Amino acid sequence: MTTDSARATPYPGYVAGPPQPATLAVLLLILTEGIFFALLFTSYFYILSGSNQWPQGGIKPEHLKIPSIETVILLSSSLPMIWAEHAIKRGHIMQMRMGYMLTLAMGTAFLALLGFEYANLDFKASDNAYASLFLLIVSFHGTHVFVGLLMNIFVQVRSWLGHFDEHRHLAVQNVSWYWHFVDTVWIFIFLIVYLTPHWYGPHA
Amino acid sequence: MATAVGRLRRTWEAPSIIANIFATVDHKQLGIRYMVTAAILLGEGGLDGIVMRTQLAIPNSRVVSPDHFDQMFSLHGTVLIFFFATPMVVGGFGNYLVPLMLGTRDLAFPRLNAFSYWVYLFSAAFIYASFFVGGAPNAGWFAYPPLSSQPFTPGLNMDFWAIAIFFLGISTTATAMNFIVTIFRMRAPGMSINRMPLFIWGILATSFAIIFALPPLTLATGMLEFDRQFGTKFFDPNAGGNVLLWQHLFWIFGHPEVYILFIPAIGIVSTIIPTFVRTRVVGYVFLVLATVGIAFISFGVWVHHMFATGLDVVALSFFGAAGMSITIPSGLQIFSWIATIWKGEKIIWSTSFMFIVGFLVLIVMGGFTGVMVSLVPLDWQVTDSYFIVAHLHYVLVGGVVFPIFGGFYYWIPKFTGRMMNEKLGQLNFWLFFIGFNVSFFPMHILGLLGMQRRIFTYPTDAGWMGLNLTSTIGAYIMGLGALVFIWNFAQSMIVGELAGDNPWEAGTLEWATTSPPEPYNFREIPVVRSADPLWDDPPREGWDERLREPAGHQRETYATTLLEPEVETRLVMPEDSYTPFFMALSLVLLMIGILRTDMVMIAVAGAFGLVFMAWWMWPAEELA
Repeated sequence: MTTDSARATPYPGYVAGPPQPATLAVLLLILTEGIFFALLFTSYFYILSGSNQWPQGGIKPEHLKIPSIETVILLSSSLPMIWAEHAIKRGHIMQMRMGYMLTLAMGTAFLALLGFEYANLDFKASDNAYASLFLLIVSFHGTHVFVGLLMNIFVQVRSWLGHFDEHRHLAVQNVSWYWHFVDTVWIFIFLIVYLTPHWYGPHA
Repeated sequence: MATAVGRLRRTWEAPSIIANIFATVDHKQLGIRYMVTAAILLGEGGLDGIVMRTQLAIPNSRVVSPDHFDQMFSLHGTVLIFFFATPMVVGGFGNYLVPLMLGTRDLAFPRLNAFSYWVYLFSAAFIYASFFVGGAPNAGWFAYPPLSSQPFTPGLNMDFWAIAIFFLGISTTATAMNFIVTIFRMRAPGMSINRMPLFIWGILATSFAIIFALPPLTLATGMLEFDRQFGTKFFDPNAGGNVLLWQHLFWIFGHPEVYILFIPAIGIVSTIIPTFVRTRVVGYVFLVLATVGIAFISFGVWVHHMFATGLDVVALSFFGAAGMSITIPSGLQIFSWIATIWKGEKIIWSTSFMFIVGFLVLIVMGGFTGVMVSLVPLDWQVTDSYFIVAHLHYVLVGGVVFPIFGGFYYWIPKFTGRMMNEKLGQLNFWLFFIGFNVSFFPMHILGLLGMQRRIFTYPTDAGWMGLNLTSTIGAYIMGLGALVFIWNFAQSMIVGELAGDNPWEAGTLEWATTSPPEPYNFREIPVVRSADPLWDDPPREGWDERLREPAGHQRETYATTLLEPEVETRLVMPEDSYTPFFMALSLVLLMIGILRTDMVMIAVAGAFGLVFMAWWMWPAEELA
């Protein structure tokens, strides 16, 4: 390789070859946050295993109707992201924007439903450890969804300014991966935080 | 040629003094700042120790009140573990040395690195600010609830603790990510994984340990703060919570943390020994495997801090055995080092080497008492006694502070361009080594006699005075040793002999640069053909010259491939930036908001944070 070809190698933001530094950073962020969520769930079961009643203090398990709708919306919101990733690899910038916009709409709907759910809760975080755990886990995840939506908007703004093409779209890929992570965590939240109290039974 | 060097320097150095202070992203400057900040905190934490020893010298003493004593041992532990040891070895030595040893020009994310430093500095300032608002943290460095919860420790003391530790965790995690990515993608061409310096292996293993170990600490301190300030019930047994949840989370972090400090320190040891015995390290592969093995096992031993909490016997046996198994990789390392010294052509008894030999002696002793307390019945006898205090100081001072001093004497010529005085250095070593043993060895006996840790005084008829007085005298001798170091450093800055590029004739790449290195580190990017490049090839021969002249005013270095590094692409590194500083300031606002439970302030801080984040993430104009 001569001097010129070293300089001529693709510009920052391109996606090819071994994982780019920014992508590695996103993967490490996902790893360390994944451990954080895993520990939240471990804490949940740790407190559960020491309680003779779950939920504690006569709180009724959450009704599953709204959380089920939330689950469907959030999990399917990954699909437009996957579409967007595929589209930008082939240089279809409009399709990428459409995918991002769909995900943005679905994520916003999820947060709206979560807000509705919160408004109708019959307990508060200071009631007991169950209530504290429920609200910490769900709110911490909700914050991640919110941040994911801000990233989504950020990428869309950049896409309108022409920052991306079929070679340069590192941010598109990284934000998508992070969104998939946030979605995956919700599966565990639904199974653990929403379903366990029903399985475990209020007076087990 | 002179103009090309000038252009390269102008591209990499900060444009003004103000920019240099608040906007620099140079890993060397940030490394020095980490080291200076951590050294000042070491001095403060050490002074706490000396005052505590003064209080304990004789029975029924009233040098300080019990209340102040509580604050002192809490700050002593918190500051020395969290704000001195980790930032010193990881932030300080790691920052300065990693890019130089890898043969590159900066870390992968220079602005993130600056951000980490600012957050570290501000969290340290935050915890000391507690002095002016009713008193320092006072529930010990591991802050067990219920003691650390609101009803039992009212006031803001422990809120300062929880918030500062929480945000420091963000800084440490960011630094670890930075190192991992840098080590993966920016090693000099030819530096395959079997040629990586052992210090780099240490930083890599420690960084992964941080990625896995910090989340439990962050979670625990977050929960504690929610309990204290927002009324949640995680650790409140009266409302379904469990205080042992804290102990599990804290020690799932806390035991790996010990190795997070220790692993880079042994990387320093493995770097210094070969240089002063003039031979390659014996058992490179074993040392690497031991480093990774220790990092791995450290996650399976946390319960040995909880043997006395009433867990069932199977759990105790398992964790006792896991604790003992750590002696296998540790033993491998000790024997590798001894073999290296044995095989050496000659031994150069420099101060740096003396500190490393001191380390070998002390870590073996600390390791022995470690095996002793991994035996559950013995632990039941000595837990929360001075035996534990003796053990943990042998492993932490012997195992971390001695290599740090060794590292100072070894690399200060590189950092400053001037040699330290060897005579003063030897005096420094002997005062410190003798003082340490006089101070901490008697604590083993005091512990076996039944003296509990953290008591602020003891009765005359306990019969502990002789040993306590001895220990206090030792602490003063250690303090004297530290003063000799400060004097030595100060005078070497002014009259120290000039160091030149490679005063120790060492083999790793940081010695191929000038002392101190230019802002761009290397004019030509090194091409590596062995594990000790400077011993096997003349410096700069056959190095990559393509980045000698900057393209425009861009800071450039290479990204290389993973296992057998080859140049993969040219990276354009960011310019100096004020964003990390402002970003860290918005975190300070957030910290104060949480402390005051002021929702408006928290929201404003969050909004500022997001704005600066967007500004930060926005690509530079020429890249867009």
